[in-house]
Parts: sequence; C-alpha cells; structure tokens
Amino acid sequence: MTDTAPQITEEAFRRPRNQWWDVWDQFRTHKGALVGFIIFITIMVAVLIGPYLWTIDPGYIDIRARNQGPTLAHPLGTDQLGRDMLARMMAGGKVSVAVGVTSMALSLILGTLIGVLAGYFKKLDGPLMRFTDLFLALPLLPLLLVMVMLFREALSSRFGPETGIFILMVTAIGITSWMQTARIVRGDVLALKEREFVLAARSIGTPSYRMILRHILPNVMSPVMVSATLGIASAIITESSLSFLGLGFPPDFPTWGRLLFDAVDYLNQYPERVFWPGLAISLTVLSVNYIGDGLRDALDPRIRGR
Amino acid sequence: MLDDTPRTLVKVRDLKMHFPIFAGLFRRRVGEVKAVDGVSFDIIEGETLGLVGESGCGKSTCGRAVLRLYDITSGSISIDGQEIGDAGYQKLRPMRPQMQMVFQDPQASLNPRMTVARIISEPLDEHTTLSKAEKQERVYELMDAVGLNRDFANRYPHEFSGGQRQRIGIARALALNPKFIVCDEPIAALDVSIQAQVVNLLEELQDKFNLTYLFISHDLSMVRHIADRVAVMYLGKVAELAPRDALYSKPLHPYTEALLSAVPEPDPNVETRRERIILRGDVPSPAHPPQGCNFSTRCPKVMDICHQSDPDMQEVEPGHFVACHLYPPTTKPTTKNMVASEANKSIQQGE
Repeated sequence: MTDTAPQITEEAFRRPRNQWWDVWDQFRTHKGALVGFIIFITIMVAVLIGPYLWTIDPGYIDIRARNQGPTLAHPLGTDQLGRDMLARMMAGGKVSVAVGVTSMALSLILGTLIGVLAGYFKKLDGPLMRFTDLFLALPLLPLLLVMVMLFREALSSRFGPETGIFILMVTAIGITSWMQTARIVRGDVLALKEREFVLAARSIGTPSYRMILRHILPNVMSPVMVSATLGIASAIITESSLSFLGLGFPPDFPTWGRLLFDAVDYLNQYPERVFWPGLAISLTVLSVNYIGDGLRDALDPRIRGR
Repeated sequence: MLDDTPRTLVKVRDLKMHFPIFAGLFRRRVGEVKAVDGVSFDIIEGETLGLVGESGCGKSTCGRAVLRLYDITSGSISIDGQEIGDAGYQKLRPMRPQMQMVFQDPQASLNPRMTVARIISEPLDEHTTLSKAEKQERVYELMDAVGLNRDFANRYPHEFSGGQRQRIGIARALALNPKFIVCDEPIAALDVSIQAQVVNLLEELQDKFNLTYLFISHDLSMVRHIADRVAVMYLGKVAELAPRDALYSKPLHPYTEALLSAVPEPDPNVETRRERIILRGDVPSPAHPPQGCNFSTRCPKVMDICHQSDPDMQEVEPGHFVACHLYPPTTKPTTKNMVASEANKSIQQGE
C-alpha cells in the first residue's frame, strides 16, 4: 500500500465527505443510542406539542373528579384535587426537561471552560483548581437555601414568578455541579497537551485558542459527553428535591419531581400516580445516557466503523 | 565555523536549555536539568546535519529548542539571518512556515480526530489565505509528493501503517514550503524495511525542494547514509562535529570511537573479529553533570585535566571539530601524529 502511485481514476477518487455524515452513520449502528434517541424525541414531542392536542388546563381543579383511576376523560387519572394527570405530566415534563438540559449545559460550559483553562495554562492551574476545591467543599443545600432566599424575590419581580424561579433553579443547579466535569477535563487536558500533535501544532504557530478549539476540545469530548448525560439526570433529580423542600417552583406549578413527591403521600392507595412521573424521569435519564454513549462512540474515529 | 562560500542557513551559538527541578513541600527550585548545555553548530543551506548520541543526551531537546518550541535558557539561534533565540510568539509566528518538524512517533504526532486532509491542511489554514478548493488541491499535491494515494484524504490516522503515518507527518511539514526541517528521529518508531523507504523519501524531497535537514537519530548507519556532516552529542554537549566521511573513518573523540565501535558489521567474519569499546557505567544525570569534561566519568582515555576543566570545541582539521583534551589547542597534529599520541596516552593511562 505504501508505495502505490497516486491513482486519480474517477472511481477511486472521492471528494472529502462531511464528517458529520460519518458520525450519523456510526450513531445509527448503536442500537441503544438509536432507541434512546427515538424515546427522547417522543418525550420531547409529547411534552412540547402534547398540550396543544390535550387542551385540559393542568391547573384546573375539579374536586368532584378527584382520585380517579384511568378513564377516557382522564387517561392517567386525576390527583387528589381532581386535576388531570396527563395534562400535569406534559406541563411538568416541559419544565423538568428544560431545567435538566439548561442547567446541564450551564454546568458543562463552566466545567469545560475551567478544566481546559486550568489544564492548558500552567499559571491558572493552581488558582482555578483551588477554586474548584472550594466549590466542592461548600455544603450545597445550605448554599442553595441562601441563594433562593436572596434572589427569589428579586428575580420573580423582574422576570415573573415562573421564569424568575426557572432562571434561579438553572443557575443554582448549574453553578453547583460543574466541579466534577472541570476536574475530569483538566486531567485529560494535562495529558493531551504533552502529546506530540500539540507540539506539531505549536511548531506550525497555532495560537492557543485555536489549539484548544482544534486539538484539545475534540479530544476531551468523550468524558464531557459522559458527564453531560449524567448531569441531565442529576439536574432533574436535584430540581425534584428542591421542589420537595419547597425551595423550587411554587407548589401548584407542576414538574415531574413535584408530581412524584405529591404522589408519595398517596403511595398506598394510588401507586400509579407515583409510577407515571417516575417512569418519565427514568426514561428521559436513561435515553439521554444512551444517546450520550452513542454520540461518544460516533465522535471517536477510532471506534467508528466497528 | 566553515568557510562562507555556501550560505549558512541555521546558526546556533552556545544554545542552553535548562529545565528547572522543583522539589519539597513548597515546590522550591532545587536545581536544573541541563538537557542542552552550550551547543553550537551551523547548518549550510541544502545539507543534512546528522545529530547523534545515546538516549537522554539532549538530541531531541536540542532539535525542539532550535525551532523555539521551548523558551531557551540562553544562546542564540538564527535561521536565514533572523535571530529567533529571544523572539516572542508574535515575532515567531511569521517565521514558522520556514522551519518545520517531523516527529518521532507518527502515531502520537497526528491528531486522532482529524482526517488526513485536515491534518495536512492545518498549516495552510494557519498561514495562508487560500480558498477551500486551492487548499484541497495543495493537499493532494503534497500527498502525491510523499507517495500517498489521494483517496486516503478522508481517512483517519489510525487507519494507516506506521510508514504511511510518517508520510502524513512529512506532508504536513512540507505544506508551507519550508527551508529547514528538523527530523526528530523520524525513523526510530518504524521497522527496518519502512525506515529505508522513509529515508529515501526524505532524500528525494531534499533534492526536489532544496531542503535543509537537521536529522536527529541514534542510528549511526542511517545517519551515515543520509547526513553530510555529523554532530555527536554527549550529555547536552557536542563532543565532535565533522564531515561524515571524516567522522566515520577517523573518529577523534573517544566517545565517538566507542559509539562507532557499537555499530554492527554486516560481514560475519569482520563482525567476530571486531573489537568493541565497551563503556563502563551509566550516563551521569544531566542534573548533576561531572566536573570538568562531561565524558570524564566513562572515558577510556581519561586524564587528570579531564576532571578539572571542560575542553573547548576546537578545529583539529578543516571542518573537523572536537571537544577533547587529547587534542591540545596549540598544536594541530597530522593524522600520523595523532594516532601516535593517542596510543601514547592510552599507554600512559594503563600505567
């Protein structure tokens, strides 16, 4: 192979193909990822488009129809105040997924930024990693409590109660969960920047920011992907616990976590009311994990094509 | 150093590259590894300077320091008349296209997430304003030049053999039409049959593009094949610098003699009768080099003066430089005298 003369025949000669097609081809071969992708899309469609088809107001209280089992009028039954569970599931899902994805994105950006800066620039390493240690050492729940106490009113009056709380939740979860990502990324960057291809890029004269974008970031994608998918899961769960503690969204505002905790009181009488939000959370988390797994494989050319 | 009729492209003077050692609770600076400690040489345009020495003697560090991949401790490096020893990033960047590097490990020197086309076009992205189609055309030209099938452009480095990967690395180094290429053991990670291919390719390209090489290697036979002049390094210093034939036929420095005696002989009859000079002991740590001559701890011809003062580089014969006390600076012995005096000295050592 090594010494074959270059053949420029028409059939042997292919123009470069966009590498995202290769990524998609590899992604499709990962069965779990494909199934996860379909499930996640289904959930997203149900949550985003569902409310336009199932037009019952999730906050509408019909006290005479409370605690019903599944009927045609209420396919998932009603809760203790007679609100339709299906409508509440869809409304709650929108909030939960939005909180999960947004705060994951925030913590990912923060974590990757700090990890890359600490790993790549030796001078920043000490200060940034001590900063990370500081955040790791902070007791998170009291910190969240303080944040909610301090900013809830201000944000509510500025952006309205729901958006205000949403911003507060996303920020709170985001800035308290980036530390693991930062540490993983820093470790990988430290190893990567001693590799010869980084030296080769330096001998070409590549400036630092393009070095990071072109050589460092694509190579730390794998651990970032993994912590991203795990991050969505833990963000949804953190949001649920905060709602449960009364620190999150207002009690009548449905989220999956809130539905779950409301239903816990009636666990013995109406177990299906725990089942649905629980299933939704689990399916979302699981499908996102599989998507992340498949994406990580698809983005690595060494695994691609196997 | 040499007469100036051929143009000197690279001029290195008293290059020092010391890496600090930090130790203890407070990470205090306790010393330094003198990886390269006062190296001087010239490279003439179009020639190949071989740089040989055993592992850890500072060959690679020297090569990288010449390209300013490190911030050098002191010394001066000038390439094509421009001083780059103390140049900052901004001044270096426009110089980069002239000087490129081929790396030792072809696996590690290619980004596993980039296609061959992207790897080769990276220098073009950085330093040229070619359009996408022009870049692609240039990439194909380069792939032709190094003997890679154009169809490989969309593949990833892990899909290639070691020799092919090294060709990709060479194509990348050639992308900007450099004048000077540092080959940092480009063949050390390849098996023997591929080594010949890659070295022949390097020679071919040198003729075609009038390249100047600094060829770093520990393979003396290969250096003999490719180099015009050879510098022998020991523990961060150049022990001997001479035209190839002079060095191989008549090594002056005892270290060069020992190195050359380790080269295996293809003829089994000669091989069995060959007398090897076996050096005792290990290379001293570059963090604590011995007093006097660096080689004094292992030299078979060591003298008292070797433990006291470091020999200077001196021109013993035209173009033949050696740093050794065996050759006193005042006299310029002819070949016969030298052999005789050498013999005398080894007898004196025996006493």
